[in-house]
Amino acid sequence: MTWHRKILRVNLTKGTCETEPLNMEWAKLYLGSRGLASKYLYEEIDPKVDPIAPDNKLILATGPLTGTSASTSGRYVAVTKGALTGAIACSNSGGFFGAELKFAGYDMLILEGRAKEPVYLMINDDDVRILPADKLWGKSVWETEEWIKKTHQDPLIRVASIGVAGETGSKYACIVNDLHRAAGRSGVGTVMGSKNLKAVAVRGTTGVKVENPREFMQVAQATKTDLKESAFTNGLTQYGTQGVTSVINATGIYPTRNHQQVQFEGADKIGGEAMFEVRETDGRTNMVRNSACFGCTIACGRVSVIDPNHFSVKDKPQYHNASGGLEYESSWAMGGDCGIDDLEALTYANFICNEQGMDTISFGASLAAAMELYERGYITDKETGGLKLKFGSAEALVEAVELAGKGEGFGKDLGLGSKLLCEKYGHPEVAMTVKGQEFAAYDPRGAQGMSLAYATSNRGACHLRGYTIAVEIFGVGTKLDPLTTEGKAEITKLAQDTTSAVDSTGLCMFPNFAWTLDQYQQLVQADSEGDWSMEKMMELGERVWNLERLFNNKAGLTTADDTLPKRLLETPAETGVGKGLVALLDKMLPEYYELRGWTPDGQPSNDTIKRLNV
Amino acid sequence: MQKSLNIDPNKCTGCLQCEMACAYELEGSFNPAHSRIKIFHFEEQGRFVPYTCTQCAEAWCLHACPVDAIKMDATTGAKVVDEATCVGCKVCTIACPFGTVNYNQSSGKVIKCDLCGGDPACAKACPTEAITYVDANWTGLDKMREWAAKTDTGTTTAAAKPSAPAGH
Amino acid sequence: MKHVIVGAGPAGVVASGILRKLRAEDEILLIGGEPEPPYSRMAIPYYLIGNVKEEGTYLKTDADHYKKHRIDYLQAQVTKIDPKKKELHLESGKTAGYDKLLLATGAFPIRPPVPGIEDPDITGCWTLADARLIAKRCKKGTKVLQMGAGFIGCIIMEAIAATGVELTIVEMGDRMVPRMMNETCGNLIKRWCEKKGITVHTSTQVTKIEKRKDKKPRYLIHTKDGQQLEADLIIASTGVAPALDYLKGSGVETDGGILINEHMETSVADIYAAGDCAKGRDFSTGGYEVQAIQPTATEHGRIAAQNMAGVQTPHPGSLNMNVLDTVGLISSSFGQWMGVEGGDHAELLDEENFRYLRLEFKDDVLVGAQALGLTQHVGVLRGLIQTETHLGPWKEKLKSDPTQLMSAYLAKAQAQTLP
Repeated sequence: MTWHRKILRVNLTKGTCETEPLNMEWAKLYLGSRGLASKYLYEEIDPKVDPIAPDNKLILATGPLTGTSASTSGRYVAVTKGALTGAIACSNSGGFFGAELKFAGYDMLILEGRAKEPVYLMINDDDVRILPADKLWGKSVWETEEWIKKTHQDPLIRVASIGVAGETGSKYACIVNDLHRAAGRSGVGTVMGSKNLKAVAVRGTTGVKVENPREFMQVAQATKTDLKESAFTNGLTQYGTQGVTSVINATGIYPTRNHQQVQFEGADKIGGEAMFEVRETDGRTNMVRNSACFGCTIACGRVSVIDPNHFSVKDKPQYHNASGGLEYESSWAMGGDCGIDDLEALTYANFICNEQGMDTISFGASLAAAMELYERGYITDKETGGLKLKFGSAEALVEAVELAGKGEGFGKDLGLGSKLLCEKYGHPEVAMTVKGQEFAAYDPRGAQGMSLAYATSNRGACHLRGYTIAVEIFGVGTKLDPLTTEGKAEITKLAQDTTSAVDSTGLCMFPNFAWTLDQYQQLVQADSEGDWSMEKMMELGERVWNLERLFNNKAGLTTADDTLPKRLLETPAETGVGKGLVALLDKMLPEYYELRGWTPDGQPSNDTIKRLNV
Repeated sequence: MQKSLNIDPNKCTGCLQCEMACAYELEGSFNPAHSRIKIFHFEEQGRFVPYTCTQCAEAWCLHACPVDAIKMDATTGAKVVDEATCVGCKVCTIACPFGTVNYNQSSGKVIKCDLCGGDPACAKACPTEAITYVDANWTGLDKMREWAAKTDTGTTTAAAKPSAPAGH
Repeated sequence: MKHVIVGAGPAGVVASGILRKLRAEDEILLIGGEPEPPYSRMAIPYYLIGNVKEEGTYLKTDADHYKKHRIDYLQAQVTKIDPKKKELHLESGKTAGYDKLLLATGAFPIRPPVPGIEDPDITGCWTLADARLIAKRCKKGTKVLQMGAGFIGCIIMEAIAATGVELTIVEMGDRMVPRMMNETCGNLIKRWCEKKGITVHTSTQVTKIEKRKDKKPRYLIHTKDGQQLEADLIIASTGVAPALDYLKGSGVETDGGILINEHMETSVADIYAAGDCAKGRDFSTGGYEVQAIQPTATEHGRIAAQNMAGVQTPHPGSLNMNVLDTVGLISSSFGQWMGVEGGDHAELLDEENFRYLRLEFKDDVLVGAQALGLTQHVGVLRGLIQTETHLGPWKEKLKSDPTQLMSAYLAKAQAQTLP
């Protein structure tokens, strides 16, 4: 129970689809989802492999709680060596696809090799087929989903696919499932595209059972009540992640114009409340309603409709319908980071990112970098093909997102990601990345814990690998001074380990605003056989973190990669809570290594490896 | 007072907790594929519509069953499939004009909503009160019932419609 | 008042129940022709395959049902009707009087005029007695030839194949279930059967059956296209027709079925007809025909009983519809599945996976449908057709993607979407 104890292994080179038993020894150590899939990747590929070579593997994995009635049980992860980063990538997505994969009877899908011609995978419980995707190649995510459901005559098929961005080699292509849910970061969609795999479609009817049903139902109910009663999760229900825009901007950790400023004068125009404002033009609001991923009782998802009179969609009726709306990181990356305050344009760009399968954060931040290159005169209309990449230009955003989505014109350059783009034009200092991945929407100069969290994140800059913002800004559980470095190594480690454990359960991390690891632990224990005490859960988190680190070290990453761009380390913030401060990474990094039980050069020590049974 | 399921699509977020609860009640596992309540998603409108049997008075399924396998629960008014009697002929699945009786190929029987004996799991599981179990008089099911009457093939018993011409 | 119902199939049994509900004090006599308690032919395949015992085929699960409801049950063959005396003549020589009479005598298998078909060992598959015989004779390796691949032919196929016999089908039409499915669908079902190891010959027919005394298999079957097939057992499922001989001289008019009006009355006062023997009103065409399907039989029985009880109830017409399970492949068809003149259609075919969906429209109203492999919410096809729901813009959506059926239904028939 819990685990189906079954893996589906698809070799696209050979055209084979085989099932095999789940390695239960590993499952007892790594639980599922992020942890277990990372273990498989670690054991099965050479970390030095070129991410887009056939020898890289792409693993789509569920967790033991995926597909149960625990709240937020719709998660799956895409684990691979990231095309954007060259580091281990683990992108987490909600929607309905993950639960469906579990219902089809699989804990994990391992995709190997490269198909000769474009294909898609159709999974109908035990019936698994690799089918030609010649009619789908060149099509968007939305067209692909529609075509597959129609062709197989089942509207309940769930699809995870890549758009044209993933076909044309954009470094930050994502895997989009259920039209607008994405395993977004690190270029997992790029890897999928390199395998000539357009889509994975699933219909599952076998169901999921839990180990201790009575106990499980009780815990599931109690933990749902916790979510219902928490102000944090209620905030998510009402405003989605967008609800934090005003707070983060007011605090002064809202990176603006490629991190040149930390506060954006137009933030309130693109935040959670703005989505509820009635538009003069059509009398509607941007926000249509909130929507849930599978099993989620929070329902932070936004469904939006663009003003049909807006220039971005005026002659494009296909975009006049409702679709997935902005969440905070997307709104920030394409908005604040580019100095753009046009909510409708951002919503349009969001639609296109979903439709063509691009990570909104990396796309937005890459555009921000390109805008800085342009404004500084490092690139001109000649390079951009006439695109006027001015900060604040919604027109530029709309044009750029279309080009990037198709990998055409300057869109091809944008698809390189900030790091390669800026290197290409001779100004690497403009790229705001760690390990090649663009930052999320928090400037670490005013939340020092994030300096460490960003620098040491195993998948490159990311807010979901140790969200110290929760304690530094929001005071979830406890409140720490955001400006000091004291205790930040410890809190970062704790956040990283907790997140690693949470990500291995199959649940979302958002309940963590209302829960502690305790609730996750109770759910896992009731759901799964074996001992999953709190102690084991913390150990699990730390084990997963160290495993990812070992992968990266073997891939050739060193302590030199645990750093931040010069701008954050050397240029003080001009305003906000961190005014006058830089990111004080050096003060925290050695302490962090020590706490982790790593050598000064960032290698997990033998003792640590042994202690954690990595 | 007889109760019935009241469905308010405006409140539904599409989380499918109801589908899981239903399937769990039915077969002890989380398996939306076998749920008797289904959420339909109107992507273009951002709208989620929960849909299940209204336990209509006409009870086409009950009347169409050739082996007397669908009976009315006197307490709840639910039309209940007796699994042991159902032979799996599927006539009820085409007879129900609401499409709320489905054939389950794995069990070889049909499945439909039975109101969980008067304590519907879907309503309990719904986090937003999009599905509630309330006094029958209150429910928006009236509309569906009106529509049901349009399908009437003269099969309503005379007690309900004395000497009035049935049908259109 | 005394109500007599001849025929204890679904139409007759439903009518008896309704009559009892509406006329608490009246006398009700139900006459069945077969030795078993009233049972359903629909359940025979499931009895054959062993899913249910004989009792599982009974129309009423409660053994005391008839007694409890004060419905007198009599096993007898009716040989003649005398409307003047309001009397029935039974084979036993007895008579029975009535005030109101319902004829629900059903249909019986017919066989084509083929030399050799009169052999008493050639069986149909219509009654429980037939089923018992087939169950007894079908053994692993037995060569079975089944004539006819209509509704009944298809529905019993799985049960017969499951016994491990070598099964061969000969069907006169150019496809399977030609009266329920079009060429695309009928041929897909044929291919499915072949995939399941059944040999299917379509567009041909049996021309001669030779019984060999000295050789096994004991039958040699000649077909129109010149083949010679062998079989140990022949099952004839070549269609059914109402048996109307007993009506001779009664004045009850027939034309391939008993003629009735919209109140289910025959040409003779106080005599009604229902079910497979009656030419009832068809919902789609408004014309009168023998539909010979279970849902129609029960509808007929119900409406006839209401009229007999004095509750004037016109029959708006029954929708012709079928659902069929052919060796695990589920198909259904509704209304004017063959389309209508000046109409329009949507079609979706996935040959490899045996999925098919075809919708027929007249203007923006669904008038017919065929589905293969569809088991979820299939009843909305009936709902949309019978309520004559105007689909508006959803018609075009369905034409480009018929799988949006349920969405169209919720949007238009249930008004569940925003305007």
